[in-house]
Amino acid sequence: MTDRDSIVTEDELHAYVDGELPPGRRSAVEAWLTTHSDDAAAVAAWRSQAELIQARYGGVADEPTPDRLSIAQLAWRRRNGWIAVASAAALVAFIAGGAAGWFARGTAVAGPSDLRRYTTDALDAYRLYVVEVRHPVEVPGDERPHLTQWLSKRVGTPVRIPELEKIGLKLVGGRLLPGPTGPTAFFMYETASGERFTLYCGQTKDQATALRYIAGKNSSAYYWVDGDLFYVLTGPAEQEKLRAIAQAAYDQIDARPSPQGG
Amino acid sequence: MSEFRVQIEAAIPALRRYARALTRDAETADDIVQDTLVRALRSEHLFHGGDVRAWLYTILTNLNRNRLRTLSRRPVLTPIKDSDAATGGPESGGRDIARALDELAEEPRTALLLVVLEGLTYREVAEVQCVPIGTVMSRLARARMQIKAYLDGERPMLRRVK
Repeated sequence: MTDRDSIVTEDELHAYVDGELPPGRRSAVEAWLTTHSDDAAAVAAWRSQAELIQARYGGVADEPTPDRLSIAQLAWRRRNGWIAVASAAALVAFIAGGAAGWFARGTAVAGPSDLRRYTTDALDAYRLYVVEVRHPVEVPGDERPHLTQWLSKRVGTPVRIPELEKIGLKLVGGRLLPGPTGPTAFFMYETASGERFTLYCGQTKDQATALRYIAGKNSSAYYWVDGDLFYVLTGPAEQEKLRAIAQAAYDQIDARPSPQGG
Repeated sequence: MSEFRVQIEAAIPALRRYARALTRDAETADDIVQDTLVRALRSEHLFHGGDVRAWLYTILTNLNRNRLRTLSRRPVLTPIKDSDAATGGPESGGRDIARALDELAEEPRTALLLVVLEGLTYREVAEVQCVPIGTVMSRLARARMQIKAYLDGERPMLRRVK
């Protein structure tokens, strides 16, 4: 029995369709198909499946690559220690855009500093409460002295609530949140047009820092450490405006001689 | 940019395509691709030349398997998504194939997509799936048989009577 006459196996039919057949077997398979209509039909069906799959998904490769998959960006973040381990679950999160820093909570290789855990929590809290219409805060902004006293006590160190009316931000109020290192104060401000900004602060042992920026698609934040407190000012992703607000808050907090908020 | 990164960057469009077909959801797919890239970059120091592509497919395949395991532990939270299907149009036949792929077990689906969509050789697929080539071939056969049965069942008018 020559090659040409020998039985063609199903594996060979698949290999034929996928271009994996040894060159010597090709004509044998083709000859076989002319006399075995069931096998010829199967081969045609498999080819048509492949065409359907290619038609369905082939175009994805021609789509522009989103920024968040840029190697330069990912490498930069890695070099700067921002991404410890990415996990799909955590990355589904809101900061999907060109985040300057994102990392999966709880899966970090090296323990993240308070800094990173705080920014994660602060951005989460922003996202959670910014959409809240009826109960965005526990204590309203017109009870500022009470709010200051209560949250200072719970956070364990004097907390200042920046006065931002001069730049168009009214204090909606505040609430207590669980933070990575203990109780955390969370304040919400609102512009006349209803745009909301939040300030998150809690105790940290991290070193003092200047303002740092972290950008996402729908929200972004400035964060810093001053004294024994960590601050994250979060708002809609417009860096210039956010920076002005963060700077105002930073200046007030930095100038604190008294624990009572302005 | 290093040779390693050039290779990774060149693979991104294909990885997105593969991930989209695996997950049927654009966001989820890009999440997995991002995780894949991050993991790959983390292992840059282990790279001593060679083909990065099959290795990237391996990472992505494993991440997707982990994702499916997580989902299967929480069946209530498993949405049946096909964000692409909504576009309809010329892909009207494509929705059938997407559902047909969805019916497959993970290994046969992965094997089939790597071969017909990504153009990997049987040997490469065997490396990605960490199984002998014979197993790859039986997975391919199973995938093709099940898809055929599914598509034939979906369109009874076209069923071939033996």
